[in-house]
Amino acid sequence: MASLKDMRNQIGSVKATQKITKAMQMVAAAKLRKAQDSAQNARPYAQKMAAVIANLAKGIIGDSAPAMLVGTGSQHNQLVVVATGDRGLAGGFNTAIVRAARDFINAELKAGRDVRIITIGRKARDQLKRTFADRIIESYEAGSKSPTMAVVRPISEKIAAEFNDGRADVVTLFYSRFQSVISQVPTAKRLIPADIDLSIVQDTHGAVYEYEPSEEEILEVLLPRNLSVQILSSMLENNAGFYAAQMSAMDNATRNAGEMVNALTLKYNRSRQAQITKELIEIISGAEAL
Amino acid sequence: MADKLHVSLVTPEATLFEGEVDQVVAPGSEGEFGVLANHAPFMTTLAEGPVVILDGDIRRVFQVRGGFADVSEDGMTILAEQAEEYLETVH
Repeated sequence: MASLKDMRNQIGSVKATQKITKAMQMVAAAKLRKAQDSAQNARPYAQKMAAVIANLAKGIIGDSAPAMLVGTGSQHNQLVVVATGDRGLAGGFNTAIVRAARDFINAELKAGRDVRIITIGRKARDQLKRTFADRIIESYEAGSKSPTMAVVRPISEKIAAEFNDGRADVVTLFYSRFQSVISQVPTAKRLIPADIDLSIVQDTHGAVYEYEPSEEEILEVLLPRNLSVQILSSMLENNAGFYAAQMSAMDNATRNAGEMVNALTLKYNRSRQAQITKELIEIISGAEAL
Repeated sequence: MADKLHVSLVTPEATLFEGEVDQVVAPGSEGEFGVLANHAPFMTTLAEGPVVILDGDIRRVFQVRGGFADVSEDGMTILAEQAEEYLETVH
């Protein structure tokens, strides 16, 4: 049996761990608020962008539509972009995204398609490297600060280049949708061909839109930019989701540590009392023997 | 009173301006243009340059880089990849 001193040390170390998890929880809570704000601030831009693209797309779906909008007609070359956080200690947050991506990749491989992978975030790279090392063509870091356009631009340029060079037909992005603080949903978002919601097209009441330059030229500039916007908003949601997941993981850890301290303290007190009783019996029976 | 134009200037990071104004002058890729209330639906890419928002005596200038302007009957929306307000010196 562990000596009393060992038990005291164990209680001390659990308490120290509890202090750390408590601090991490509070830091995550503070960062979550900021991350939620920036995810919210990015939303109007993404929504307006989607509305504008839907408006344009409605008018020109047909032969002249750019490939980035309607796809190449093939499904063979799949490019999978997996976005996670850089760090762990957030429960199953990163793993859930990677698992969704891995299921998708395995299904595509089974269907005989070619899959290549771009990872955003260290965790995505580390976890996918084990099984798909030769399929990863590029890895980016999510960065410790809130993602900005400057971080996203090289990623979307790389994706656009892959697509324009014919090495990708379909591009799918995996990230975690921030539903609420307690619920983040691993989600697949199709980047190319663009996923257009035609229901948001504004009714112009018969008024004819004028375009300057032409619709096709505008779309050609707009679609690559839409890539960036989609990736940015996904990364912002990821960021908020990461801190939310970390917050609840650390909250659980703190609570578990508390329970452990209670259980250990109880055990410690019992053994201490048992020892005192034993010593008393020894003294009394020693005195009686005299 | 003349009709007002609803304008919003948004970047991926934040909404920089939203409100009812008299006039907006923006640097279209095919030339600078001005928009008043009840403008015909119209959409264009923007060149790098200043977007000037005029409302009464108030004049605000934003430097934008890479973006679009969309004018519909709901108003004008400027989507800028980068934008910042610069404060003019008053003469």
